[in-house]
Amino acid sequence: MRIGDSLPEWHVEATPTFVISTALATRDFQDVHHDRDLAVQRGSKDIFINILTTTGLVQRYVTDWAGPEALVRQVNIKLGAPCFAYDTLKFFGQVVEREQQDLTIEVVGRTAHGDHVTGTVKIEVPA
Amino acid sequence: MTDIEKEAARIAEQGECAPRLARDPVNLPMINNWLEAIGDDHPGYTEVAPPAMVQVWTMAGLRGQRTLDDPLGQMMTVLDEAGYTSVVATNSDQTYHRYLKLGEQLSVTTSLEDVTGPKKTGLGEGWFVTTRSTWWVGDEAVAEMRFRVLKFRPARKPEPVKEIPKAQAIRPSVNRDTEYFWEGTRQGELRIQRCGGCGLLRHPPGPMCPECGATKPKYLVSEGHGVIYSYVVHHHPQVPGKQTPFVIALVELDEGVRMLGEFDGEPSVGQRVEVVFTEVDDELTMPSWRPRADR
Repeated sequence: MRIGDSLPEWHVEATPTFVISTALATRDFQDVHHDRDLAVQRGSKDIFINILTTTGLVQRYVTDWAGPEALVRQVNIKLGAPCFAYDTLKFFGQVVEREQQDLTIEVVGRTAHGDHVTGTVKIEVPA
Repeated sequence: MTDIEKEAARIAEQGECAPRLARDPVNLPMINNWLEAIGDDHPGYTEVAPPAMVQVWTMAGLRGQRTLDDPLGQMMTVLDEAGYTSVVATNSDQTYHRYLKLGEQLSVTTSLEDVTGPKKTGLGEGWFVTTRSTWWVGDEAVAEMRFRVLKFRPARKPEPVKEIPKAQAIRPSVNRDTEYFWEGTRQGELRIQRCGGCGLLRHPPGPMCPECGATKPKYLVSEGHGVIYSYVVHHHPQVPGKQTPFVIALVELDEGVRMLGEFDGEPSVGQRVEVVFTEVDDELTMPSWRPRADR
């Protein structure tokens, strides 16, 4: 785990089931995350992933790579294009800083509409 | 100071709202639901919760209502009344001071940190509202979040682009060096200039051969087949007679020269293409490219 190391690309298929089950598991009951009719009425093309899920996916992307011993200290994300039902969300990441056991990983999650999320995750790995 | 800024200052001055309790203590069933939905098979979440779940514990829930002293709720009301009726989250920065153990009872406090605007954004004019939340176990701060939303007035849909008559399309400048080319397209021929001295093929046309210096250009008629050497997708600015986006491809013809033209299709470098002729009017016929099935 050195500066410049890339994380393996990871693809998430954002099926309607995925969008809805993650919204409910994060206790986010806003209609745009589970009711397509209302989402369309509000000007969206479909239901879309909620932020708490995006945060969870970013965390999972990094810990899947770093292993279960890594401790997550910070998840900073900036949101861009929504990730709609039926989109494929592709994650890319790279180690950008390492100070002893503390690593900073830059993460991008992208759909066909553009960057859904860009951010950094700080983790602490065992010595 | 605008009215919105005055209201923001007043709300910010209130500081942190009263602590709001999580519905349930940190518990395994909710952790397992979260892991299952996210698809996370991390084996470590049997005694502690995934850090990224911190906000989940204090979500207001299906019938949740904002408390009156909630600073984000108050600021949303101010902006709603000023006509900024739509909202989109833009940033979430979470810092976890430690992992949360099963059975711990969380509460959350929130204060208004910053309100900036009005800003022109892609979605419309709006204000960025930043809050800061702290999660507590008793009087120990265990996690923090800076959260930013854009509260905006939806931009009116842009006027549909008026159909521009084809005759208004940008026309090539035709001169003595190039008229053989445009005469060719009118006749359905793609003509490549060939030096009358040394026979070198060249495009775009010019008066003199760069190889031997002869000034007696002739031409040959191309088969009109080639591959995409490179391309651009033009989005902006608008071009008379064109609907954006459109593709301009640099095509390497089988005869060896490269030629620019519009391409109709999903482009990729190396793709086989063939020429198509589009009659704009009696004077002008434009060559362009389309995919060609290999046969």
